[in-house]
Amino acid sequence: MRSEVVRAISNRFHSGLHRFAIALSCCIFVLIVAGALVTSEDAGLSVPDWPTSFGSIYKIPPMVGGVKFEHTHRMIAEGVGLLTILFCVAAFLMDTRKWLHNLSLAAIGTVVAQGALGGLTVLMFLPWYVSSAHAALGQTFFSIAVLLAVFTGRGWIESSPAKFADDGAPATRTLAVLAICAVYLQLFLGAAFRHSGMSILPHLINAVLTSGIVAWTAVRVLSRHGQIAALRRPAMIMIALLLIQLGFGFAAYLTRVVWGKNAVQPLPSMVSTTVTHVAIGALLLATSFVLEEQVRRHLVKDAATLAESSIARKAISA
Amino acid sequence: MNWSLLLAVSLAFFLSACSQNTRTMPATEQPKANESPRKLTTVDPATAASLHGTIHLQGSVPAPVEIDMGMDPGCTISNKQPNFSQQYVVGKGGGLGNVYVYVKSGLEESNFAVPANPVLLDQKGCRYEPHVLALMAGQILRVLNSDLTMHNVHAQPNAPSNSQWNISQMPKGAPIETTFHDPEVMMPFKCNQHPWMKAFVNVAANPFYAISNANGSFEIKGLPPGEYTIGAVHEAAGEQTQKISIGAKDTKTADFTFTAQ
Repeated sequence: MRSEVVRAISNRFHSGLHRFAIALSCCIFVLIVAGALVTSEDAGLSVPDWPTSFGSIYKIPPMVGGVKFEHTHRMIAEGVGLLTILFCVAAFLMDTRKWLHNLSLAAIGTVVAQGALGGLTVLMFLPWYVSSAHAALGQTFFSIAVLLAVFTGRGWIESSPAKFADDGAPATRTLAVLAICAVYLQLFLGAAFRHSGMSILPHLINAVLTSGIVAWTAVRVLSRHGQIAALRRPAMIMIALLLIQLGFGFAAYLTRVVWGKNAVQPLPSMVSTTVTHVAIGALLLATSFVLEEQVRRHLVKDAATLAESSIARKAISA
Repeated sequence: MNWSLLLAVSLAFFLSACSQNTRTMPATEQPKANESPRKLTTVDPATAASLHGTIHLQGSVPAPVEIDMGMDPGCTISNKQPNFSQQYVVGKGGGLGNVYVYVKSGLEESNFAVPANPVLLDQKGCRYEPHVLALMAGQILRVLNSDLTMHNVHAQPNAPSNSQWNISQMPKGAPIETTFHDPEVMMPFKCNQHPWMKAFVNVAANPFYAISNANGSFEIKGLPPGEYTIGAVHEAAGEQTQKISIGAKDTKTADFTFTAQ
């Protein structure tokens, strides 16, 4: 108990750092949309070199054709990389939690690796496995930024964990981890289809599995732990995103696979539905991570820890 | 974990990936070192035969789709004409154009001289002209950009020794010249800046090939007498073959019928 109280005091809430994390998350979300546009507009190789663009590091090429999608994606990525470094510096200066420092460093590592994968896929003429890894890592980077926003938030720093029993079978924590894994697999299968690495069938089959696990997780949280706002909110958002995602997945299937099979160029209907599908997928993954972290924080599997926490809660309230 | 070793391995992997894909001009494909020069085959004009025919398309013909080139105003500066998809070029009477017809087998032991003149592929009004072309292995392909906008020329071969490349070509820029070492059919060329731009390059092992015209007809001249398998390939409808036997000074007919996919 003492350690919790000490931690709560030593980790002061900094609204600036929290807003910075939110702004970083928003920028990464824009970057994901820009990346999805590159793929949907079939513009992945419109700038044929990397790390330069048409032989230059700083000159902006004529922003016409596919170049405007690819080069815009690169410019946003450079800005996001810089913001990530600045956030890390701010986190080291303003926050005392070592694990948050490490997570900030992980964000830098992820954005560097993401840039390298983006470059490799251009240099290797878009092999599906590199492009799909680029897509998956981009969404991981977004999830890390969202988690940083949650961890620097007032709710996380100033409130104590509820510590309720995680007594279901399987445990809610297990379900939350499974939901993350299922969404990850689903986004990789979707990326592999978009980059011509496999057929759409695995993505469709896993959509059923993922929907089941995500819905089960959210329903479990709402039915058993709905009184904890920190758990209720991400669970409700997850359900809403799942429904929207299924709708856009169906729309993307119709526009791209059924109606757009022999399209001579990317059509606006194909582009808008698939880009939205990718963007909502990113939000769903980030929400799954947030829910898992809140479950880990507020629910306790171990009875001894639960008893200790119960005493601690009483002591704090007294 | 030895972190310096991990870093070195990662760096080596990254640099090796970069070094394999430089964006310089495509290398002219050279014959392999272990290939010995073979005696050139000549065809006696007194016995040379010819093959002609018509390619037909059956089934419902997909209507040409007008391409929206609004993403690059440079595409329409020099060409105000609408740009239509070229996948199925169907003439009067159902003749199918842009089909590559070639001697697929029967000349394996022969070694024909490679024509010295280059084959041209131009980019005009943000479309490739011609849409389908053929050349012999080792013959020069010269790619031009007659447009007032930039293009990327991206060759996507399947044969192992024909390397993939993707090069930018400035408005009215210098020609790109390349050759291909191995025969292959319907090698896609695309422009990644204008996703509708597609061409198909066929690399032949011998000089006996033709591309069907807008009415579906083709002619292959100067063919030595013999037993051959004739292949006809369309970019979407696939490949068909026919076996023919052709005598000295013969004029044979080989028609093909494709079904729209």
